[in-house]
Amino acid sequence: MDDLYREVIIEHYKNPAYRGHLDPHDIIFEDDNPLCGDHIEITLRIDKDDRVSDAAFDGKGCAISQASADLLVESIIGRSLEEVKALNKEDVLDLLGIELGPVRLKCALLSLKVLKAGVYGVGEATDSLIE
Amino acid sequence: MAVSAFDVQRIRTDFPILNREVRPGILLAYLDSTATAQKPAVVVEAMDAFYQKYNANIHRGIHTLAEEATTAYEDARQKVAAFINAANAAEVIFTRNTTESINLVAYTWARQNLNSGDLVLLTEMEHHSNLIPWQILAAERDVRLEFVPVTEDGLLDLGVYRQLLGLSPKLVSFTQMSNVLGTVTPAVEIIRLAHDAGAVTLVDGAQSVPHLPVDVQALDVDFLAFSAHKMCGPTGIGALYGKRRLLESMPPFMGGGDMIKTVHLRSFVPNAIPHKFEAGTPAIAQAVGFGAAVDYLARIGMQTIKEHEHAITTYALERLEEIPGVRVIGPSCDLKGGVAAFTLDEIHPHDVAQILDTYGVAVRAGHHCAQPLHEKFGITATSRASFYLYNTTEEVDRMIDAVYKVKEMFA
Repeated sequence: MDDLYREVIIEHYKNPAYRGHLDPHDIIFEDDNPLCGDHIEITLRIDKDDRVSDAAFDGKGCAISQASADLLVESIIGRSLEEVKALNKEDVLDLLGIELGPVRLKCALLSLKVLKAGVYGVGEATDSLIE
Repeated sequence: MAVSAFDVQRIRTDFPILNREVRPGILLAYLDSTATAQKPAVVVEAMDAFYQKYNANIHRGIHTLAEEATTAYEDARQKVAAFINAANAAEVIFTRNTTESINLVAYTWARQNLNSGDLVLLTEMEHHSNLIPWQILAAERDVRLEFVPVTEDGLLDLGVYRQLLGLSPKLVSFTQMSNVLGTVTPAVEIIRLAHDAGAVTLVDGAQSVPHLPVDVQALDVDFLAFSAHKMCGPTGIGALYGKRRLLESMPPFMGGGDMIKTVHLRSFVPNAIPHKFEAGTPAIAQAVGFGAAVDYLARIGMQTIKEHEHAITTYALERLEEIPGVRVIGPSCDLKGGVAAFTLDEIHPHDVAQILDTYGVAVRAGHHCAQPLHEKFGITATSRASFYLYNTTEEVDRMIDAVYKVKEMFA
């Protein structure tokens, strides 16, 4: 546990730096994890060079899902849309720095699925987006 | 012949899995029997013996192995029938599980007897398995659904139930024990009132049959659905009890081998009950395991098991309620079985369950297939500890200590 609930995760869960809703925004997407009812919305601002100039997430859920959203949003600010599109689940696990079982993996990866569905402009946040 | 003094440590030696470490040095405290129970060695050995000594397909076989397998399968039916005091073993249909048992009634009896405008009466505390089959039927047939409300303290509102019976439901289908609240519903009274109103009754016994003495004749219930895996038996097999005259009046469920008496190219005559409802090769080894499981439970005695669980649950609720920020949902321990579903401050139940797991304490987190019930209580999910004959107060203490750790971590 002391691995799974590393201080950094608890800290990002309790005091997320990027919780909020950008208005106006260029990209918005939201989705749920039906398993546990976690919910994530991500809003992005994109500058003229197709870079993420600002980003925020909102939602509710377990510590893993919310901390992972905060870490993910933090990591994409300043990056190009192409780089964001290339993110995969390993990137999120690196950010979290933990090993996760299959159930909690869904919690951790919800924010990435939401982000990628948003930047690809597809209607659904499917698992295939992050493989 | 129940054993006189209940010795939980002796019981625990029957379940090899309880000795395992979840991780090095951390023993398992299995508090998730409401999801599925652990299996005593006698059940595993009975299934093992089937495969190693007399594996064969059942019915119609002439050779020795086929006869032995058929006998074992039908003996298991006798044992399960005796366990719930069915008048006749033919009234026990083997299914995959409680869900399939309820669907069997929904797809046969209900589609034969219910039409547009007819009413099915359920309750707000049903597991999804006693909700979705009726929602599907309602959409298909324009059948109406009504729900007996759950009160703040987790009981069924019998005043409203009596009023709803005035709408002349064709079917009253309800759980005898909630898998979340633990509430043991007054099944005898509910069934009597339903019959007075002319309704057929179905009891979801997924939780009650494993944990309480259940007597279908004393209940006078028309259908009872339950699963082996929640009562020390294997997965993959469950049972539907039905009164003989109802089962005989119903059309078959699935078509195939064994459910027929005679077959022509364009027609068939169905077999007699129970075979009419058991198309195809059934779960034979699992039936043998199911029989061994009810033998095991009957030998200990369901009243004894119920009393042991009551003692553990009473202790667990006392300990949980001493923790600031814990809210246990459901009635007081005298009105419930061995279930304690709770929330802890604003901490997500997945986080609670995950941290408990690191201490070897296995509880469930989520809506436990009873989403509408959680909505009713204004929560999305709970952490749920549940108890069976092999659980100890020491395991409860380990859970409580771990819950305090969760609080510290999120403080």
